[in-house]
Amino acid sequence: MFNPVTSPEAVSPLFGKLSLAAIPYHEPILLATFAGVVVGGLAVLGLLTKFRLWGPLWRDWVTSIDHKKIGIMYMVLGLIMLLRGFADALMMRAQQAMAFGDNPGFLPPHHYDQVFTAHGVIMIFFVAMPFITGLMNYVVPLQIGARDVAFPFLNNFSFWMTTAGAVLVMISLFVGEFAKTGWLAYPPLSGLAFSPDVGVDYYIWALQIAGVGTTLSGINLVVTIIKMRAPGMLLMKMPVFTWTSLCANVLIVATFPILTAALAMLALDRYVGSNFFTNDLGGNAMMYVNLIWIWGHPEVYILILPLFGVYSEVVSTYSGKRLFGYSSMVYATVCITILSYLVWLHHFFTMGSGASVNSFFGITTMIISIPTGAKIFNWLFTMYRGRIRFDVPMLWVMGFMVTFTVGGMTGVLLAVPPADFVLHNSLFLIAHFHNVIIGGVVFGVFAAMVYWFPKAFGYTLDTFWGKLSFWFWLSGYWLAFTPLYVLGLMGVTRRMNHFDDSTLQPWFIVAALGAVLIALGIGSFLMCLFVSYRKREQLRDVSGDPWNGRTLEWSTSSPPPEYNFAFTPVVRDTDAWWDMKQHGFTRPEAGFLPIHMPKNTAAGVVLAGISLVLGFALIWHIWWLVVASFVSLIATVIVHTFNYQRDYHIAADTVAATEAMRTQQLSAAHV
Amino acid sequence: MSDAITMPGAAASSNTPVFLDLAGKHHPENGTLLGFWIYLMSDCLIFACLFAAYGVLGRSYAAGPSGAELFDLPLVAVNTGLLLFSSITYGIAMIAMQARSKRGVLVWLAITGLLGAGFIGLELYEFSHLIHEGAGPQRSAFLTAFFALVGTHGLHVSFGIIWLLVLMSQVGRHGLTAANQRRLFCLSMFWHFLDVVWIGVFTFVYLMGVLP
Repeated sequence: MFNPVTSPEAVSPLFGKLSLAAIPYHEPILLATFAGVVVGGLAVLGLLTKFRLWGPLWRDWVTSIDHKKIGIMYMVLGLIMLLRGFADALMMRAQQAMAFGDNPGFLPPHHYDQVFTAHGVIMIFFVAMPFITGLMNYVVPLQIGARDVAFPFLNNFSFWMTTAGAVLVMISLFVGEFAKTGWLAYPPLSGLAFSPDVGVDYYIWALQIAGVGTTLSGINLVVTIIKMRAPGMLLMKMPVFTWTSLCANVLIVATFPILTAALAMLALDRYVGSNFFTNDLGGNAMMYVNLIWIWGHPEVYILILPLFGVYSEVVSTYSGKRLFGYSSMVYATVCITILSYLVWLHHFFTMGSGASVNSFFGITTMIISIPTGAKIFNWLFTMYRGRIRFDVPMLWVMGFMVTFTVGGMTGVLLAVPPADFVLHNSLFLIAHFHNVIIGGVVFGVFAAMVYWFPKAFGYTLDTFWGKLSFWFWLSGYWLAFTPLYVLGLMGVTRRMNHFDDSTLQPWFIVAALGAVLIALGIGSFLMCLFVSYRKREQLRDVSGDPWNGRTLEWSTSSPPPEYNFAFTPVVRDTDAWWDMKQHGFTRPEAGFLPIHMPKNTAAGVVLAGISLVLGFALIWHIWWLVVASFVSLIATVIVHTFNYQRDYHIAADTVAATEAMRTQQLSAAHV
Repeated sequence: MSDAITMPGAAASSNTPVFLDLAGKHHPENGTLLGFWIYLMSDCLIFACLFAAYGVLGRSYAAGPSGAELFDLPLVAVNTGLLLFSSITYGIAMIAMQARSKRGVLVWLAITGLLGAGFIGLELYEFSHLIHEGAGPQRSAFLTAFFALVGTHGLHVSFGIIWLLVLMSQVGRHGLTAANQRRLFCLSMFWHFLDVVWIGVFTFVYLMGVLP
């Protein structure tokens, strides 16, 4: 029974635990990174000022409640954080490739442990989640023929909360330190007794703040899909991407509160000195492990399901065919959604819950591979006898099908409890989940970005650099992770900072080379964005439908007007736009009506900013600032609720003018 | 070109199908109540986790006091009475809203708020008494789980009271507009939801806690 608030180190009333010692100026790597960030940041600020972009940035982006703008901002957040998360990966691969025998490598253990924790946290919460949320935000309202999401303000707020969480993780790089516990921060290691520093606090508050955003955006998209579909779009006529998004968002709403609760309990243990997960006074650390995986396993399906939707859209578009087995696809998705809740214990078969419990969870885990296998066959049958166009998105899909299938099979191996007792905590596991996350989620995100980029920006992406990016990623993935499968089978465990057995070194060197290839893949994609921007007039797509698409997002202009559709579409078929094209649809050029739209607001970014300050104050025990920021958070929310003027009408003349411009563009391009 | 435009009225007579809602008749339903329901269910999961934690840790006394030694059932009975009664008074406020009586709504909301404040006051008294006796959340895993579950519920009621005050001022200022009615509905669901959760707390924590 101790009171952690008055723990050994000095706590100043003004700055809490924060002091100059928290700045890691003795770490050359961090110092160089910091210098880079400062120079880069100043350059960006200078350019914004020089080109007078502050006003447009604030009006058109920061305060925007347009789901398309918010979707793009999520994708930018994901890309930026991908660079940070991947830098961590390169550092780990380099460390493990050199730290053998007498060579300690370049990362001391306390730094290395932060790197692997940050890598996992960033890649899941601040790369994969923003990417899928961004895609769903951009595409779902367009696919269901809606003009925005159900709660446009909440959407903006959710984005900025996610960003605030990411900013908090980035601050930990230069002020204090990050958790050294692994990405799920298991107690008792993450408890106060073994992690007295601020690292775990950064972890907790970054995820709690981002988690608010994720939960709210989940609620938002579920309501959007249920309530805002175009007339005629029955549930079984929704595009598959919308279906998979619905299931992913149901999972978000049904699981993120569990993460919130588990982290709140951990926070209570650390801040109040309570005993949820402590070793003494009756605490139970395995309860945390159970709770975190009851969230964590559905989380991996939250990530993969929307991408299954992407693969479905891409396969059917580039095969020029209706998707094979639409209803089996929907049922498979729903089955996976439900089953994802019944498998969490396979993450810790070694807990000792006994043979019957382990068998139950082993069997449910194997059963999940059945609906997933059905999906793979559906995609293959869609391609069968299709007129396949091997454009870049299709390459990603085919890379996915091969890679993901292997990852799924190693997953079934791990689902066998006796095999798991041997393989758990080994590099075999690391290879397995990178196999499914890179092969499934990342490949899908790239497919989606190439596929929908022309919709968002009005020009297609350069094919050469796109293909280069794909081939580097594919070969890089296999080169980087096949050695880890081998090493894992030999019994090498994960999260090692140094090895004594130098016969393992060649495998780690090959893996490091694979990571370099992936780096080239990321570089090629950035190059692709740059080159395509330079060549945008050549790559321009005026039609709004560059791939001969099938769903409603291709029926409007690229980029779509802020109101998405001048007239709400009436849906008769799953492939609604295909149906319209086949049955003599023509664009109306008159008769436009005023359109009801939500107004922009700064409330979201202000609330997230205050939350960021609150999180920082909590991490450093700056209690006066905790109180001040909490009170101002509540006050800002209350003030915001007194604003009743939240919408306006776009005049019919404005709609007519926008549509007339498009008519002109179309006729100039002879589309 | 104009002959190809699909008109809803003309669709019946010609073979061209209807592709667009040209008359602007389609308005998506308001999703606030559904969204709020889903939010409540997500909140319910937080309580579910806290109940689960109490289920796991509720008998881990660590040689400290047990529920049978600590809980003062008559006090909790009064507390429960206050909260359950506040649900009834909120219900009457909603009936006043249906009758379009702004004054009735404000009066019954005020009574609801007072009952809620009484509940919070008694709970704070109970907490301070326990902590004073050395039975704070740091004492044992049982007390950790107890304070977390009951305290989270209390925090929810406190936020409910703040929300209720804000809503009273908004109803006072703008009257029973559509937006305010929607907000009253949401708070109503929130308030009743907390009541239901409290019945769980009362049963599983207090009543079952005093069993040997």
